[in-house]
Amino acid sequence: MVKEIERAGIPVVHICTITPISLTVGANRIVPAVAIPYPLGDPALSKDEEKQQRRKIVKTALKALSTEVSDQTVFDVE
Amino acid sequence: MSAFRIVHYINQFFGQIGGEEMAHIPPEYREGKVGPGLALEANFKGEAVIVGTVVCGDSYFNENMEEAKETILAMVEKAKPDLFIAGPAFNAGRYGVACGAMAAYVKEKLNIPVVTGMYIENPGADMYKTDIYIISTRNSAAGMRDAAKKMAALALKMLKNEKIGASSEEDYIPQGKRVNLFEKLRGSERAVNMLLQKLQGKPFTTEYPMPDFDRVPPNPPVADIQRAKIALVTSGGIVPKGNPDHIESSNASKYGRYDIHGVMNLTSDTYETAHGGYDPSYANADADRVVPLDVLRDFEMEGKIGSIYEYFFSTVGNGTAVKSAKAYAEDFSKELIKENVQAVILTST
Repeated sequence: MVKEIERAGIPVVHICTITPISLTVGANRIVPAVAIPYPLGDPALSKDEEKQQRRKIVKTALKALSTEVSDQTVFDVE
Repeated sequence: MSAFRIVHYINQFFGQIGGEEMAHIPPEYREGKVGPGLALEANFKGEAVIVGTVVCGDSYFNENMEEAKETILAMVEKAKPDLFIAGPAFNAGRYGVACGAMAAYVKEKLNIPVVTGMYIENPGADMYKTDIYIISTRNSAAGMRDAAKKMAALALKMLKNEKIGASSEEDYIPQGKRVNLFEKLRGSERAVNMLLQKLQGKPFTTEYPMPDFDRVPPNPPVADIQRAKIALVTSGGIVPKGNPDHIESSNASKYGRYDIHGVMNLTSDTYETAHGGYDPSYANADADRVVPLDVLRDFEMEGKIGSIYEYFFSTVGNGTAVKSAKAYAEDFSKELIKENVQAVILTST
């Protein structure tokens, strides 16, 4: 899907846990996620901490969308 | 023992009637072998003979398929063959479809073994590979010798009721069937051998080929993310509670488009996951963990992004065919373009 969205001309960021699959599939902007069943969360954290963590990941995704890339790039969450 | 009887099907070109200008001719029956039949029969070494050959124009067959199939079936049946061979068709599309269709029909109606041959990208290969044995050939008639040899060998095996090996052994196009077999070496030895080959830059054959993936170059970045309209997409199967579109838990046959007008956050009362490939309890408890709508709403209010597109798209990425996923995204991307969406956040589990 990520590739077809890109092909349609819309910049797209892929947030996923298994980045090697994303690289194989052909995503160009990739942000690593937390875990397969909760890519943007963590049940071990408090609700507030969890949301803070989600903010960081989405913020990284927005940064990826605003960044020029020439090749497949993984943007690590700070 | 007398030789096995074979009827052979070929097109107008190999029947030496003519090229494209003769592709309209209806089927005709000739006694004995014609054209490529000579090469096939040479490989039978007297164990089988081609008793008759049906020659039909490619356009005629494809434009009048039902009628042509019946006419040809009657011709084949009359000759009382033990086996039916069609082609090889190489990469000729209509010929490949004719060979596949005719072989499958003869197998179904006369219940005799059938063999054809074609190039892997011939549309006939994809259409009929699961029904019949299609020897994998080169893409042009330059591969006739090799094709005739392999088709004849497989035909003889079937005639003699011998065990047919795997696609890699007999060189037919894989039928998508999994067969249990015992390898001579155990897995660890095979893996190490493969690795050694790879390290030495020598050829090796994977036991688990990955599908072909093509590449799309990255688009330029979003110029002003603070004004951009952003859409959310997921393969994590997030759907409104109750899964109104009945998206399947694996090998999804569809995607959903869900209104998030005024929705601030995906709660356990309103959303859940339809995905059958991961533990759903965390996503069911809070679907924002898969589709981060709550955070994106905050960013929208804080002016960090322009707006959120009022629908999100979701499917289940669990054993779902690449072809299906591709089609879903092609489809909803048209809407995203039309609605001036400038960026997409796609999440996967």
